[in-house]
Amino acid sequence: MSKKLLMCGNEACGEGAVLAGCKFYAGYPITPQNELIAYMGKRMGEINGIFIQAESELAAINMVFGAAAAGERAMTSSSSPGVSLKQEGISYIAGAELPCVIVNMQRGGPGLGNIAPAQSDYFQSVKGGGHGDYKVIVFAPSSAQELLDYTFMAFDVADKYRNPVLILGDGLLGQMMEPVTIIKENYKPHLVEKPWALTGCKGRKPNIVRSFFLGEGALEEHNKRLQEKYRTITNAEVRAQTFNLKDSEIVIVAYGSVARTAKAAMESARAKGIKVGLIRPISLWPFPSKIIKDASFGRCKKFLVIEMSSGQMVEDVMLAVNGKSEVDFYGRMGGGIPTEEEVLARIEALV
Amino acid sequence: MKKKNRKKINRSASKRAGKKVEEKLVFSRPQSLRDVDMHYCAGCGHSIVHRLVCEVIDEFKIRDRVIGIAPVGCAVIAYDYWDFDVSEAAHGRTPAVATAIKRVRPDNIVFTYQGDGDLAAIGTAEIIHAANRGENITVIFVNNGVYGMTGGQMAPTTLAGQKTSTSIAGRSLRNDGYPLKMLEMLAVLPGVRYLERVSVHSAQEIFRAKRAISKALGVVKSY
Repeated sequence: MSKKLLMCGNEACGEGAVLAGCKFYAGYPITPQNELIAYMGKRMGEINGIFIQAESELAAINMVFGAAAAGERAMTSSSSPGVSLKQEGISYIAGAELPCVIVNMQRGGPGLGNIAPAQSDYFQSVKGGGHGDYKVIVFAPSSAQELLDYTFMAFDVADKYRNPVLILGDGLLGQMMEPVTIIKENYKPHLVEKPWALTGCKGRKPNIVRSFFLGEGALEEHNKRLQEKYRTITNAEVRAQTFNLKDSEIVIVAYGSVARTAKAAMESARAKGIKVGLIRPISLWPFPSKIIKDASFGRCKKFLVIEMSSGQMVEDVMLAVNGKSEVDFYGRMGGGIPTEEEVLARIEALV
Repeated sequence: MKKKNRKKINRSASKRAGKKVEEKLVFSRPQSLRDVDMHYCAGCGHSIVHRLVCEVIDEFKIRDRVIGIAPVGCAVIAYDYWDFDVSEAAHGRTPAVATAIKRVRPDNIVFTYQGDGDLAAIGTAEIIHAANRGENITVIFVNNGVYGMTGGQMAPTTLAGQKTSTSIAGRSLRNDGYPLKMLEMLAVLPGVRYLERVSVHSAQEIFRAKRAISKALGVVKSY
């Protein structure tokens, strides 16, 4: 059964979670993700799931910790300042190896910032905003349809690795309304057994959910195991979209909503005879370093990174390029959105 | 003493005398308590409260469906002593974790075990709101009036004039405010079913404490 709906990105994200079998949502209101918490409140009621409007972001993420520990597919969502509050909980979830999905519809910062779209939480998302050596798998959709699809997929990926997955959107993606196609048969969640979950120790040894390892060397061993897992994820979960890499001398790197502007600018540039390509990282961690590195060995002489930040992802692009090519950056901050014309002007300046 | 606890044991002396002596097992480690040494300081009440919780769990025969939430504080490794499912929680977020576990698994019996730093300082919001939502959980709040694990700093429950490493001249009401009366604060909330303040400083009080734990776990069990 296929249906086409007009939804805002926040709602599409929520529907992706419902399709994935998410039965637990805890959240706290914050703009620009309020449509998501409202949608989850409505949908959890309809599917007999659990919806809690928590007293704080801290409580919400720790409720997700509890629900995940009890073996349920659980999600929370917020926007930048709220996600900062969740960082302690995310570190605990990663340390205790619990699967869950966290959504960040980014807004301008620092501090209370504003409620306009931004991409200035890139570092927090991919480098680990909380304490300790941990990684969160980060997907950056660029449309309402993708918000649905990647949120749906995020639950399977989280369960597969027992790791939190972050959906990194922004206020633009969250609030913009777009058509979304849902073909029911295509959304079959892969539900796995969770023998580690807390269910009461009937017929088995007690289970303990923890990130605390006091014994000598125990925490180092735990960390080594985590890093091993992160290596597996790095090898298996890289996702990116590429356009015109074969003949391009300039390659734009942009993610999320900005990638759509970048794509339009790429097409305008090509119409003017400038050979421009685009790499759109979808997984921000693991980062598609190899795709970028390979492009730097090809015809590409210059990379142009476009972000709604002062320049965060550009550092990962530079690491991937490792001096092989020139890396230029154009960004807008505090809710400023790069326009197609601005990007095109930057491309023309590079020629 | 129940009949099943009677054991007939042939002792060598009585064996020599050709007699059988019937012994009654009147005291043993609860099944829910692991047979390991505890790290708690001499005189600390945690080991007593751990044991009381386990005795009650055994008596209710709920070991296989109880889920405990350990706090951050001295009792952080309670799961090394309790022989049933246990989760840790970030400091103070214990009732939030318990809320979700109980909502996901309503057939399980869920309790938190929290100190005064965990419950009355960093986790004040979580305990108030879990109580106000009327979550069907039990909270064992162990209040010793100081931060024990970190070396005896002032807690929100430290008494006026009490000396700690961060109130060396004694708690100043002017500077530090009054000890927080958590039970009295919670008592006004309609979501709370049962509250009792007990102590474990004497045998009589220990029995009272056990009755309170039994009632507290019994209330959630009966729902």
